[in-house]
Amino acid sequence: MSTPSPTVTETQALKTTGSHLRWLLSTLFIATLVALPVISVFYLAFFPSENIWAHLADTVLPVYISTTLLLLFGVGALSIAIGVSTAWLVTMCRFPGQRIFEWALLLPFAVPAYVIAYIYTDLLEYAGPVQRALRQIFGWQSYQDYWFPDIRTTGGAILMLALVLYPYVYMLARASFLEHSSNIQAASRTLGCSPLQSFLRVSLPMARPGIAVGLSLVSMETMNDFGTVDYFAVKSMSAGIYDTWLNMSNLGGAAQIASLMLVFVVMLITLERIGRARQKQFSGSDRFKDLDRYQLTGWRAGFASTVCLIPFAAGFLVPFCVLSLYAYENFEISWTEEFVGIAINSFMLSVTAALAACMIGLLLAYSKRLSPSRGLLGAVRFANLGYAMPGAVLAIGVIIPLASFDNGLDSLMREHFGISTGLLLSGTVFAIFFAYVVRFLAVPFGSIESSLAKITPTMDMASRSLGHNTLQTLFKVHLPLIRSGILTGALVVFVDCMKELPATLILRPFNFDTLATYVYQYASDEMLEESALGALLIVLVGLLPVILLSRSIAASHQKK
Amino acid sequence: MFSLKGIKQLSAATLLPMAAAIALPAQAAEEVNIYSARQAFLIKPMLKAFTEETGIKANVVFAKKGLIERIENEGQNTNADLFLTPDIGPVYDIVNKGLTQPVKSEVLVKNIPTQYRDPNNEWFGLTTRSRIIYASKERVKEGEIKSYEDLADPKWKGKICTRSGKHTYNLSLISSMIATHGEAEAEKWLQGVKANLARKPQGNDRAQVKAVKEGVCDIALGNSYYFGKMITNAKKPEQIGWAQSVNLIFPNQADRGAHMNISGVVLTKHAKNKENAVKLMEFLASPLAQYMYAQENFEFPVRPGTPKSTLINKYMGEFKADDLSLATVAANRSKASKLVDKVGFDN
Repeated sequence: MSTPSPTVTETQALKTTGSHLRWLLSTLFIATLVALPVISVFYLAFFPSENIWAHLADTVLPVYISTTLLLLFGVGALSIAIGVSTAWLVTMCRFPGQRIFEWALLLPFAVPAYVIAYIYTDLLEYAGPVQRALRQIFGWQSYQDYWFPDIRTTGGAILMLALVLYPYVYMLARASFLEHSSNIQAASRTLGCSPLQSFLRVSLPMARPGIAVGLSLVSMETMNDFGTVDYFAVKSMSAGIYDTWLNMSNLGGAAQIASLMLVFVVMLITLERIGRARQKQFSGSDRFKDLDRYQLTGWRAGFASTVCLIPFAAGFLVPFCVLSLYAYENFEISWTEEFVGIAINSFMLSVTAALAACMIGLLLAYSKRLSPSRGLLGAVRFANLGYAMPGAVLAIGVIIPLASFDNGLDSLMREHFGISTGLLLSGTVFAIFFAYVVRFLAVPFGSIESSLAKITPTMDMASRSLGHNTLQTLFKVHLPLIRSGILTGALVVFVDCMKELPATLILRPFNFDTLATYVYQYASDEMLEESALGALLIVLVGLLPVILLSRSIAASHQKK
Repeated sequence: MFSLKGIKQLSAATLLPMAAAIALPAQAAEEVNIYSARQAFLIKPMLKAFTEETGIKANVVFAKKGLIERIENEGQNTNADLFLTPDIGPVYDIVNKGLTQPVKSEVLVKNIPTQYRDPNNEWFGLTTRSRIIYASKERVKEGEIKSYEDLADPKWKGKICTRSGKHTYNLSLISSMIATHGEAEAEKWLQGVKANLARKPQGNDRAQVKAVKEGVCDIALGNSYYFGKMITNAKKPEQIGWAQSVNLIFPNQADRGAHMNISGVVLTKHAKNKENAVKLMEFLASPLAQYMYAQENFEFPVRPGTPKSTLINKYMGEFKADDLSLATVAANRSKASKLVDKVGFDN
């Protein structure tokens, strides 16, 4: 499929300079730092207050496992179905609304999963407007008179999670489609492929790395979700983790379950990587040529618009309207002066964490490209595990190294200088910032890595042979090429941070709220209406960068 | 767009304010620092009154879980003076980890009955609540259900609603059943209740009363204060209808009494503002705060002689409370949790 080009290993001959060593060392250092919380949780796993497994295996473990697998499979399949099909349609075709859908399909991502779960429950439950209308139309009297699907089920949880998580797949699939060489596409058509065949045999396999990254993000989010599954009374592994920790006072046992979940995630990701280890593709130099889009007309155009409209409406329009209505009705009780400060907290923390995560992600991904040695790969993979860990457990993992550092420094200072430094990092915004970076690093890393993978090593060689060092090569050659990958990563981390709840709750300083924690204290009591304004703000603040970045990603392809 | 200089500027612009935020830990003259597992908005009015009365500022971090671990790891440098909980469970956990210290206070001893505080003064209950039965006015005759044991009677098959068996309120109730009847009997009972469920356990306590109103089930388990919150809910008037559709039944009035739980407070071992913290504890047990708890949250004040909410008096009146030791309830929680798994209560 691709022109014969030197493999990455062949290019290693180029890399025995001092600047490489500096890269390597700083990468190792940062990767270790980011991996500390996950390592702390592994450490905790060695100290259970009792062995939990015999009890679990005898009772609920089969339920936890089967429910988790069902969730993973359901959410994954649905996300791919929605994400890939819409990404391909808006990238490769022209149809009414296509330009709007390009960014609108990202919007459901700004809605926190637990918020959408509350909203749909309100709408679809017995006392909700949908069933009330049905009762009126058909003259049903009571609960026993008719059947209506129950949203508080595993199926309901799958639907809710897929509606807000499919944008991961959409985003990365779209970036992949955009980065494709349009020549390959054209070649496949001249060789007699129909548009569908061309999609299945050329576009899809070439987008596989991107889709795989998106899918692994979706899977990890699904695994560590607690808010939605708890509200729907769905017993997944994370329910087991919290139960063991809080109800059986066995944090060590909970850490064991969490660690096992991580092992499972790593296995999944490794399997996928092995599956495509042999396909290496680099895009040619013509990648920025305008794509030849299919012009859709008639029923095809209508069909394409409908396919894109459904996830956008269900994942964004409906919850957005309900939230707006709640916020309007409760404006007086929910608007306070603190509100602006809370929104600023959320915004600043999310921006800072997104920047830092992107820089670190770039560093790790680039070092991995420079020298994919085993030690480095191991460290990098460890640093990316935070994403698969339930937030509250990760928060404990963050507390441990920060508090050790603070207390260590404190006793050192007391001993030698007679001053107490107290807690420098614990209980500050830094703790939250650190947790965000640890938790979401996998996102920019994944998206940058998959963008980098598409750049042929001949580019590196050319740049190096022209006298640029590693850093200059990165800035002059790679960065312009992977700009959309970086922007995608930044956007996702930003929105994820805006929504992050469990770690923020546990780690925050005194009297400190983000929009998510503010919404939660009411929403957790099923009083979402009272904090609808906050939820709406999360969505709105999340919208702005989604739209801006999405446009700039598209522009980066159209301009050149 | 990407230049080294740009990145440097950006990182300077973002890191500076963060550094400033880190370097300035809250250190006003008079304050008390609270880690709270209770929702902040529930305790805010009392804290505000405290600050108005004493000039001491109360700082709060609220999180339902993880704060005990935070106190534990922060060690002797922790900023937490007090830890507030909505239940006996976490009280027991933090005391067991040795992260608390006893408080010698005549005010606390005088205002809190022995049943609701630790014999060694490591923890104190501030309010109590009962786990009661909400029964449909239309479909359950008066006197038809009288005790927790009755919930397992097969005649209620398909008639009972409750939240997750793993919820801390239900776990405490199951613990008390284990303490009263032994593990084997408690298991049989829980199996009986499970067999009577109208639907898979889900939602919170209010959602169960709503389900009774809607005819999904006839009987629900719920904490007592939710009734007050529903029947006074002007913002969501439909909840008044839910509350009006049920009778409140305090179980086991003929024998041991209704199951009780507390919201509690402990003083941390390394509290830096110990004096202020004790002041706040005493304030929360004082007539004013106790009265506020009753009026605002419809909880039962622990302090004898505090007027209950008129509304509580009207609908609940006097009742007999189970005087089972809360330490026993807390100690049986892990067993209770395993029992819920064993019976498959939530499946």
